[in-house]
Amino acid sequence: MKPNGTKDHAALAEDFIKDEERVNWHDGSLWWIRQKRDKAAKNIPEWEELREAASQIKSNVISNLHEYLLQFEANLQKNGITVHWADSAQEHNEIVYSILKAKGFTEMVKSKSMLTEECQLNEYLAERGIDVINSDLGEYIQQIDNEPPSHIVLPCIHKRKEEIGELFHEHLGTEKGLSDPTLLTRVARKHLRNIFMTRRAALTGVNFAVAETGEYVVCTNEGNADMGAHLSEVQIASMGIEKIIPQKKHLGVFLRLLARSATGQPITIYSSHFKKPRKGQEMHMILVDAGRSRQLGRADFRDSLKCIKCGACMNTCPVYRKSGGLSYHNTISGPIGAILAPNLDMKRHADLPFASTLCGSCSNVCPVKINIHDQLYKWRQEIVKEGYAANTKALGMKAMSWTLSSPGSYTAAGKAGRWVLKNIPIAINNKLNPWYKGRDMPDGPKESFSEWYEKNKDDKS
Amino acid sequence: MTVGLFIPCYVNQLYPQAAIATLELLQKLNVDVVYPSKQTCCGQPMANSGFEHLTQKCNDLFIENFASFDYIVAPSASCVLHVKDHLHAPENEQLAVSVRSKVYELVEFLTDILKVEKLNARFPHKVGIHQSCHGLRGLHLAQMSELNAAPFSKPAHLLHMVQDLELVSLERPDECCGFGGTFCIAEEAVSVKMGKDRVNDHIKNGAEYITSPDLSCLMHMEGILHRKRSKVKVVHIAQILNSTR
Repeated sequence: MKPNGTKDHAALAEDFIKDEERVNWHDGSLWWIRQKRDKAAKNIPEWEELREAASQIKSNVISNLHEYLLQFEANLQKNGITVHWADSAQEHNEIVYSILKAKGFTEMVKSKSMLTEECQLNEYLAERGIDVINSDLGEYIQQIDNEPPSHIVLPCIHKRKEEIGELFHEHLGTEKGLSDPTLLTRVARKHLRNIFMTRRAALTGVNFAVAETGEYVVCTNEGNADMGAHLSEVQIASMGIEKIIPQKKHLGVFLRLLARSATGQPITIYSSHFKKPRKGQEMHMILVDAGRSRQLGRADFRDSLKCIKCGACMNTCPVYRKSGGLSYHNTISGPIGAILAPNLDMKRHADLPFASTLCGSCSNVCPVKINIHDQLYKWRQEIVKEGYAANTKALGMKAMSWTLSSPGSYTAAGKAGRWVLKNIPIAINNKLNPWYKGRDMPDGPKESFSEWYEKNKDDKS
Repeated sequence: MTVGLFIPCYVNQLYPQAAIATLELLQKLNVDVVYPSKQTCCGQPMANSGFEHLTQKCNDLFIENFASFDYIVAPSASCVLHVKDHLHAPENEQLAVSVRSKVYELVEFLTDILKVEKLNARFPHKVGIHQSCHGLRGLHLAQMSELNAAPFSKPAHLLHMVQDLELVSLERPDECCGFGGTFCIAEEAVSVKMGKDRVNDHIKNGAEYITSPDLSCLMHMEGILHRKRSKVKVVHIAQILNSTR
């Protein structure tokens, strides 16, 4: 439990795990995607070189972000796109609102953008009388269920088709009990098509922004970003400032890595390039900081800004697979989210860097080679130093450190512990011991190795 | 060549038989082994919990106990990785660097330094290898499934030298067991679920024993197997490699 009474990752995960059959299914679906990713990666002999190239390009970007952003801005303006800068989520939302208000629009269609989720744009606009529909199918499902996405690439991966059928019955009037994915998708398609046709403002996220040309690329599998953008009178793009790549030729590296890492596809179905407005259309680009330059200033964590949001770390993370994305109580869940979130609000997200076994699989699948598990370790040190560890834990650690740094007290504690295990196991095998809840305790031998060695060393040397 | 035997705190207290097997195995291979009796813990439980700043006394003690040896060998990949990555000595960092560079996990010591090609061991059972994450991804004891690179496995290489031992293959060869140090307590529900799934992969594939270069993972899985009343047992790799014909 967190100090403010809300549930932390461990408690939310425990709730999720109660339905073991669902966890098995969730774990299996994500593992299947991890296997698809392995297969796709192994089909490319130069895969590891590609990862290294991507990592180095991104290192260059974050080291020279200022110059690239100015270059990008100048090229956007040359292409006829209006540029806005937002320091915070609030500023971003205000900019979007002001653009819509100037046109008198009260409706907008949005393609998937985790940044606008992070900024809580939909809620902000709703309060001001503007209706936003998320057009990515997974995100749309989450929206009608009034729940945030649980995964950055697969927003409703935690929902079963029967549950989605139930939601569609309630919101789109499908027949009760209908759960066939093809039929449900057709219904959503028809519904969304009407949205695309009638809404005059469209907002998309940005996967890659090319400084050299002032164009940007949006990757979707459903073509929904294109559908919204192509029919719009006002097209808005929101991007985090870290999404820059220097040159168009670098797209070849990133587009090969992104879809393979995300879903095991060779490439996303639509990798759409946007460069200048159509005749009569307005295009706006909002460049958002919202804590990113603060993270850039943290030497140990700046590499987290290399992330291209493929979600591979979530699919491989055994903790994510067993606990579900919503247990991370942050827009970006999983291992990458756990190193981005403390930058946004350390107190609120102090639990997340501990929601890991530090197994390291995340760093290995990362297409831009972010040392995620090392950063998780480093955040733990920061969070404790900043005083966000529970008092009981801090006291326990001090006691442990005292016992373990002296051979005498260590030997005495070890002896006492083994004696208890052997003679009064009930002192340990009870409900208050979290180990015992789902596991048995070790038997506890009668002598330690040290004691054995003391007796036997003469025969042994 | 003199080897300092580093027996991590929990192995010393709870699994002395693995420590004995490590000692005997090294001696069988004609290594001069010394066990410094004043050793305690490497400091990993504190460091992984965010309290690395409380580990200096453990570091100092470790250096005092082990600095004089040619090699330091331990039957626990996780503790070895901690020493390799995080042992420091602000007063004499050079000394810490030297200690860090000569600490080896038992399997890597046998394959990389002793270059063992033959063992006089027999273990007539079906065995599943649990690639502990710190051994696998930290110490590179085997190829990691995420990378596009040629496969190898140092534990499997050694186990293939054991007579009548049959290795079982797993569906997820390098999945984490969920132990994770204090994670096993702080995130009890996830930890137990991960452990259950990990042992089930071994059980499903016919393992009679689960072995590993890391006893901490084995301790966690043993707890789960006992609770399930499973007949499958855990055994440290040193005990298999040291088993007599």
